[in-house]
Amino acid sequence: MNESPPGRLLPWALVTPAFLWTLVFFVLPFVAMAVLSFLEHGGGRATFDNYRQFFDNPSYWRAMVNSLEVTLTVTAISVLIAYPFAWILAEVVPPRLQRLALVLAILPFWTSYVVRSYSWLLVLAQNGVVNQALTGSGLVDAPLQIANTRAATVIGFVHFFVMLLTLTIFANLKQLSPSYRRAAADLGAGPVRTFLHVILPLTLPGIMVGAFLTFVLAIGDYITPQILGGNNELLMPQLIMMQIGRRGDFPLASALAIILMVVVTIAYLFCARWLKIERA
Amino acid sequence: MRIAGKILVSTYALAVYGFIFLPVIVLVLFSLQATSFPIPPFTGPSLRWYEAVLADARLTSALFNSVLVALLSSALAVALGFLAAWGFARYHLPRSGLMRGLITLPLTVSYLIIGMGLLILFNAAGIPKSLIVAGIGHVVINLPLCFAIIYSQMGDHQVNIERAARDLGAPEWKVLFLVSVPVLWPAIFASFFLSMTFSWDEFVISFLLTRFDTTLPVEIWNLLRSGLNPRTNAIGSLVFGVSIVLALLLELAFLRRSRR
Amino acid sequence: MTGSLSGPLVEIRKLSHSFGSHKALDEVSLNVEPGSYTVLLGPSGSGKTTLLSIIGGFVHPAEGSVLIRGNDFTRTPPAQRPTATVFQDYALFPHLSVGNNVGFGLRMRGVARARRIGRSREALAMVGLADSYNKMPHQLSGGQRQRVALARALVVEPAVLLLDEPLGALDLKLRRQMQDELKALQKRVGTAFIHVTHDQEEAMALADHCIVMNDGRIEDQGPPERVYSRPASRFSATFMGESTLLSGKVLDLGMDEIRIDTQIGPLSLAGAGEPGFDVSLAIRPEHITLAPESGSVSLGEATVTDVVFQGSFKRVSAVSAKDPQVAFIAKLRSSQAVAVGDTVTLYASPADMVLLSR
Repeated sequence: MNESPPGRLLPWALVTPAFLWTLVFFVLPFVAMAVLSFLEHGGGRATFDNYRQFFDNPSYWRAMVNSLEVTLTVTAISVLIAYPFAWILAEVVPPRLQRLALVLAILPFWTSYVVRSYSWLLVLAQNGVVNQALTGSGLVDAPLQIANTRAATVIGFVHFFVMLLTLTIFANLKQLSPSYRRAAADLGAGPVRTFLHVILPLTLPGIMVGAFLTFVLAIGDYITPQILGGNNELLMPQLIMMQIGRRGDFPLASALAIILMVVVTIAYLFCARWLKIERA
Repeated sequence: MRIAGKILVSTYALAVYGFIFLPVIVLVLFSLQATSFPIPPFTGPSLRWYEAVLADARLTSALFNSVLVALLSSALAVALGFLAAWGFARYHLPRSGLMRGLITLPLTVSYLIIGMGLLILFNAAGIPKSLIVAGIGHVVINLPLCFAIIYSQMGDHQVNIERAARDLGAPEWKVLFLVSVPVLWPAIFASFFLSMTFSWDEFVISFLLTRFDTTLPVEIWNLLRSGLNPRTNAIGSLVFGVSIVLALLLELAFLRRSRR
Repeated sequence: MTGSLSGPLVEIRKLSHSFGSHKALDEVSLNVEPGSYTVLLGPSGSGKTTLLSIIGGFVHPAEGSVLIRGNDFTRTPPAQRPTATVFQDYALFPHLSVGNNVGFGLRMRGVARARRIGRSREALAMVGLADSYNKMPHQLSGGQRQRVALARALVVEPAVLLLDEPLGALDLKLRRQMQDELKALQKRVGTAFIHVTHDQEEAMALADHCIVMNDGRIEDQGPPERVYSRPASRFSATFMGESTLLSGKVLDLGMDEIRIDTQIGPLSLAGAGEPGFDVSLAIRPEHITLAPESGSVSLGEATVTDVVFQGSFKRVSAVSAKDPQVAFIAKLRSSQAVAVGDTVTLYASPADMVLLSR
């Protein structure tokens, strides 16, 4: 692996473009953002004011709480729906049909993210498919307000992340050596106990990776809450975008973005031990 | 008892499939709506909204922009990622672990924040919003992915193939183009395809960094301002259809290769 | 549960099984005695692993039955059989410690925690890993993991222990060491072992009873000494060790004697047969010499084609001058002077020639 190259310059020449790109277009903007978060809006004085606004203003604080509530709810629901589904795809569906079944299950991935949220708006609207079915069949008297509520945001998120989690859990299940199941059966474990004591623990990495991705992607997502959640309840990304768009208050937006990143980092540290690849 | 289990399993699977496909079915169905509202009852089928979409210059140019940005940014991301992976995998560089970590770091950061940072940077530098600037953002989000995928495929077994080529007299650049690239082709292709997918569908960065000429997701977003409109259904279904066809072509091409 | 106290521990009756169009087992029947070390020996595709999987309960045979202690277990799932399997890849649960791995079967049987820990520790001590109780599988070497797999299977006290090519992944020295340990372990514990391998040296070292399989059928079975010195078929003669094979026709019979016209001329040896029938003769390499000994006959002249020095002996290949189709393989003393191209006369005693029917 440690070849002596014809010129000592070659390895650096190979690596520098990517490294520079990351420095200039990722690290530098991030530093600029961090610096900006400590500056006053409009002026140039250094201040903690932006961060203080977050902790003082109840509606800002509320946005973070909302984000956490929604994201954790979405993560939990998505895992609960996706695991049995992935299990059915990996264990019950005959092997030659599994690829097809999986492709079908993630097919809606291929609609644009914006379009997918829009589609849910159609489905959940006052006179959309769901409401018309409910009122038409007599289950409810008047159409329910589903769109522009937190429930719609959750549904929109869950729809996306069930597909993602199905993928990660399915991959984990398929990659388990069949010997483990045989060994457990050989030692006296029936199907239920084999699942509880062997399969479930061994698929925990797949669950944790998927759950972590779900958490990170959901908490930073602007589109779904904006289209489906309406403006009654704001989540962090919406709050941040408001500062950029309407008020042009970049320092505040930067501070809020950094706070969001801190939350994500905490989540990462929590999940870190499952995210390390262990060699079995 | 077994039959009850089978019924339970089938019901659950069908319910989840139903949930997954519901919005897509509604989208496509009401893209064929004859009247102006994409809600029940279905008054179709009619292609008027597809015609409207294809006649809409803004949408078609946005589509073209999306493809252009996706192609160019993915190509650049793959190129940079490949070179870096090559450099790190084949040569010994000081603090290699740290640098590799840095290059893959953007994977963990929300697109909103990456977009924001770039917006602040370009504002400060006086560079106006444009498709190029959005493209730069797309390279930022795709470079770590390309690097990670290609690097993971450059294992030690690869080394011997390259050593054999050198041993037989090939200069470095020939080793690269005649041996490494062909052998790494699946990884290169996969990372290109994934980058295309992410760039094509990307909203936030494009939204923040473009103004007049914009990408398709942003244009669709603008359409949403006019409320529920079958035109949005039409363009959404078009995008969906094209993506599926591309994915199918990919499958066939890939399957044909592996069958050889 | 009724069962027989005498008689074979495991009875396999006319087991047949196919995978798609490939017939893996063809009406195989055999018995395994209690306390024995049985080895299933054969090349890949011989059906030996399929047979083991059927005994273990992981595959249900298309036809035939498996009886253990007189009870029919053919369709019983593995969890309810008195068998335990040591898998080729050991299949240690990566998320459990070594101790919890070993105790897994006991836990499934509802053994109380304290007893479970005690018995697990004893099992680990028995395989020489007493201090590894709290380690994780990925911290152990291949040989150590194999011992944990053994301990895990033995601690549940099965009637028969099944081993699927357990030593395949180990290097030569470790393999020899493990063979000795396996043999000693089996004697100490007294459980019947059924061991699958393609390595004939391993089979000869370990087996009380050796079963040679090929193409889904049993070619030969018996104590290794007998299978080696008196192989029943051409396959057996060349798979278990090497042989020089001569083909010929039966000329005539005498008193317990048979004269065969072989490729290198007529030979007489003890045996029976029918005149005019085709037969084969097998001669082990160590029975072919360069000089006549008492009782030996000449096998004619031959030209040496290859000499391989193997430390304690020389493996010499030679082609018969009479019939170039005949390839002799001889094991000679390493001090013997012989070189490629030499013309030599080879001898063997008719008592060492084995008459093969197939």
